[in-house]
Amino acid sequence: MEMTEMKEDHRTFSIALTFCIMFIFWVLLSAWTVYLPEPYDLSKVSRGILAALIVTFLTYEIFVPGKGEKVLLKMRRFIPYVGWELWQIYLATVDVAKRVFGILEVDPQIIEFDTTLRSDFALVTFANSITLTPGTITIDVDPERGRYIVHAIAKGPADSLTVDQTMQKKVGYVFMEE
Amino acid sequence: MLAIDVISTIFLAAGSLIMITGTVGLLKFPDFYTRMHATGKCDTLGQILIILGCVIYEGFTFITIKLLLVSAFYLLAGPASTHALMKAAYVTGLPVWKKGDKRM
Amino acid sequence: MILPFLAVGIIIACTILVCSYRAIYGPGTFNRIVAANVIGTKAIVLLIVVGYIIERPHFIDIALMYAVIAFIGTIIIAKYAERGELCSR
Repeated sequence: MEMTEMKEDHRTFSIALTFCIMFIFWVLLSAWTVYLPEPYDLSKVSRGILAALIVTFLTYEIFVPGKGEKVLLKMRRFIPYVGWELWQIYLATVDVAKRVFGILEVDPQIIEFDTTLRSDFALVTFANSITLTPGTITIDVDPERGRYIVHAIAKGPADSLTVDQTMQKKVGYVFMEE
Repeated sequence: MLAIDVISTIFLAAGSLIMITGTVGLLKFPDFYTRMHATGKCDTLGQILIILGCVIYEGFTFITIKLLLVSAFYLLAGPASTHALMKAAYVTGLPVWKKGDKRM
Repeated sequence: MILPFLAVGIIIACTILVCSYRAIYGPGTFNRIVAANVIGTKAIVLLIVVGYIIERPHFIDIALMYAVIAFIGTIIIAKYAERGELCSR
């Protein structure tokens, strides 16, 4: 990451956000079983704060990466996308089950196409989405040109990626990279 | 109380049916790449449904949050490991099965 | 209400047995890696269900750790199969 170009206020924001998430994570994972049955014990809570601080200073550059403008807006657009993605997982499983039991045909092919996505997080989200939507799995990504190599199990799912491009538009809308 | 039991049993049954489907696909599909299709998708939805059944049976406690955390972690990690295996096979030149070839 | 969990546990154990056919006889390295990956996924669910059968929900912590370890193991094996070495100087 570009540590030198990172602005000071953005750095404070990213440290604060990472610390909040890490501390909530610690409370959810261990505090409810181990520490909080005896309340008002600050020394035990301070151990959690210390652990969260160590993890924060090790990982805040990766967790909230540079050029992080409009992070909250992206997060708000990301949540409906996750819901749509869960519905797609259901459709994908039904599709695979039909092919397993011989209702639809299996006719694999490898396709390549370019996208307009450039940032790391958008590329990873789109690759995971391709893997979870019906009939397609990502094989390789070229981050320079946004080029994807995809294995499709039949012609229909391949056309949904190369011709319709619904998902590219959705991911581009979430990360504002249309 | 009874309704909760019935609903969670339905979720558990659906999840295990999907897991059986994924296993049949692993045995039946003709080559490595198509087998990844069966396992990568069926296992994701199957574990989500079984964990949802456990969550509904449990009610809202702190164990629920850990269960949902396992599910969310697998939702991120499953596609990543699928992708890593596919790329490794593609780079090392494992042949892709076309329609009409012999099973591999 | 232990019967559904018991049934699901037995079904998942049977699918693990069936998957081990692919892990033993499957042609080539990659089919075996896939089978191991699938067995890992099913073992996570089996750990959770067993935790409910013997009424000890703290098995979920073990399931969480097993998920992380299985993920890292799959990535390492895939990278090793891709490059033929673990770390290049």
